[in-house]
Amino acid sequence: MKEPLLEVVDLSVSFKMYDSLLERKELKVISDLSLTLYPNEVLAVAGSSGSGKSLLASAILGLLPPHAKIGGKMYYQGRRLTPALQKELRGSQLALVPQSISYLDPLMKIGKQVDGHKKPHPASDRIKLFEHLGLPKGTEKLYPFQLSGGMARRVLVSTAILSSANIIIADEPTPGMSLEQSIEALSMFRQMADSGKAVILITHDIDLAFQFADRIAVFYAGTTVETASSEDFRTGPSALRHPYSKALWNALPQNGFVPLPGFQPYAGDLPQGCPFSPRCPMSTPECQKTMPPTQKIRGGEVRCIYAT
Amino acid sequence: MSSISGRLLQTFLSYGVRILLLLLVVSIIAFALVCLSPVDPIQQYILGVGSVSAEQREELEDYWGVNDAPVERYMNWLTALLHGDFGVSLLYRRPVLDIIGERFLNSIALMFSSWLLSGVIGFTLGCLMGMYRERMTDRILKKICYILSSIPTFWLGLILLLVFSVYLKWFPIGFSSPIGITSSEVSLWQRLYHLALPAITLSLMSFSQIALHTRQKLIDVMESDYVLFARSRGESRFTVLRRHGLRNIVLPALTLQFASFAELFGGSVIAENVFSYPGLGSAVSAAGLNSDVPLLLGITIFSTLFVCIGNMIANLLYGVVDPQIREAQS
Ligand SMILES: Nc1ncnc2c1ncn2[C@@H]1O[C@H](COP(=O)(O)OP(=O)(O)OP(=O)(O)O)[C@@H](O)[C@H]1O
Ligand code: SF4
Ligand SMILES: [Mg+2]
Repeated sequence: MKEPLLEVVDLSVSFKMYDSLLERKELKVISDLSLTLYPNEVLAVAGSSGSGKSLLASAILGLLPPHAKIGGKMYYQGRRLTPALQKELRGSQLALVPQSISYLDPLMKIGKQVDGHKKPHPASDRIKLFEHLGLPKGTEKLYPFQLSGGMARRVLVSTAILSSANIIIADEPTPGMSLEQSIEALSMFRQMADSGKAVILITHDIDLAFQFADRIAVFYAGTTVETASSEDFRTGPSALRHPYSKALWNALPQNGFVPLPGFQPYAGDLPQGCPFSPRCPMSTPECQKTMPPTQKIRGGEVRCIYAT
Repeated sequence: MSSISGRLLQTFLSYGVRILLLLLVVSIIAFALVCLSPVDPIQQYILGVGSVSAEQREELEDYWGVNDAPVERYMNWLTALLHGDFGVSLLYRRPVLDIIGERFLNSIALMFSSWLLSGVIGFTLGCLMGMYRERMTDRILKKICYILSSIPTFWLGLILLLVFSVYLKWFPIGFSSPIGITSSEVSLWQRLYHLALPAITLSLMSFSQIALHTRQKLIDVMESDYVLFARSRGESRFTVLRRHGLRNIVLPALTLQFASFAELFGGSVIAENVFSYPGLGSAVSAAGLNSDVPLLLGITIFSTLFVCIGNMIANLLYGVVDPQIREAQS
């Protein structure tokens, strides 16, 4: 097996919140999350809105807001990922493809913005890339608000392509795109991975994810409940290990659109033990005792005491 | 390009119309207030001439039209104004317009220098506070800002006057030039020297607003998504300030600064009185205290125009500098 490029071990992120005037409360948004990323792969992180996906990206980059508390360990090519190392890697080895146009400076023209502060590459590279991405001539002279949704996505992706980063974290790169545009964008990430980089593809569209990703990590209430190969997701519930992944699969349009009743718990009031237990059809009192540990089953990882 | 200047002209015209309307309203209100007040301009005039008999007084009243209906008097005054005749100051016995012109030159020097000073100081300190948010620098500066914005101008002026002029003798006690020299002999340096302390007082009074505003704007920018992205691309906090911070906070700061002409004028009235500085501000309080109605009304109109122009510049700036507005219509 190849050396992992990035390892996240038992990551937790919490915020100090003031509940009432004096009572301080810790809001744990990510808990005991583990991930491993290998070169040449696209790892999809799938989870519903508010499950902590963007915070995971910020945590890896070392850009959590100041009032966030972080726990656990991260490694980059076997080296402990300290704030100093993160600072060194940002803009060189780590690249973010952000979620929306609000990540572009509203008062800076696209060309200058994409070139970045160090201009590590000649402007001609950018011009060639824009052409390749089908961005019309003159895009570099526009301001962000003048871009259409699809153009904005391609501009954001172009920053990652132009960087020499070997880890690309793409935070929901497809919403607002047509199906063709989404496929085009995802194939760009696929190409980047195939050329030796590694991509973390954050998405809530598991349907598209398992067409382009190698593995999928399913996020639920701030932790990964299952990591499995895309192959398993294509096969369906019989190959999947966690009741939540199975439910997600069943909820897909082509698989019957069976919705899972209930809501994901809010970070502030997670249930005791397995976070999925209130909605789990297989839940027993045993599940509510402790957070199920990660087990390796059939080449995947799962957090469920009854997983098979 | 031509469309920009065309649009600018259009905005300019629409502002012109609005300003004229506003001036009209202000003139009506000011005139009404003077009519309602116990001010007796005839008495004031007589004081200057010496004693007069009751008949002479009546003649004067007829001559000045004091007993006409207020509306008629207003119309007469307005007609004269529109012909460029602001009347004669009862106090100085000279045309109001001459006095305004001369005093305004002094005031504009004072207001402009303190405006510039407070803008530069306020903006710089605002950036510092925003960058070192909730740290020592920020906390101390923030306290200073709150204190400065809550003490009265005249008090600060008196303290500075006492300390730097009376005690340390670094600055002159007042006036815009040394006493006993004709104005043509006064050098630029002497003028600046006399200007310094009032200007410092005035800017100390007003920089905290711009500083606190800039601080908040910079904090918002530093927490924005686009700064997160810039940082993810390896920009340091200071590169971020240079590339994105300044770009996004200069315009709001500039706008605020232009929109603060009213406070600036208000502050200059007090500072000029404390420092016996012969500007519009000291003229307006002299006019008020001595029932010099023509001068009072003249300065009221003039200062309204001044404030309106500041606001107009603030609004025009937005259109010129903000690409959202600039390019939206082109
Ligand atoms: N600065 C913050 N302070 C407090 N809570 C925060 C902060 N940022 C995020 N959160 C909370 O953390 C949770 C996860 O946020 P995050 O943005 O990571 O979700 P997400 O999975 O990316 O959702 P989406 O799909 O909507 O982008 C949210 O419930 C949010 O309320
Ligand atoms: S641990 Fe229990 S509650 Fe949690 S997913 Fe497994 S069966 Fe369901
Ligand atoms: Mg998100």
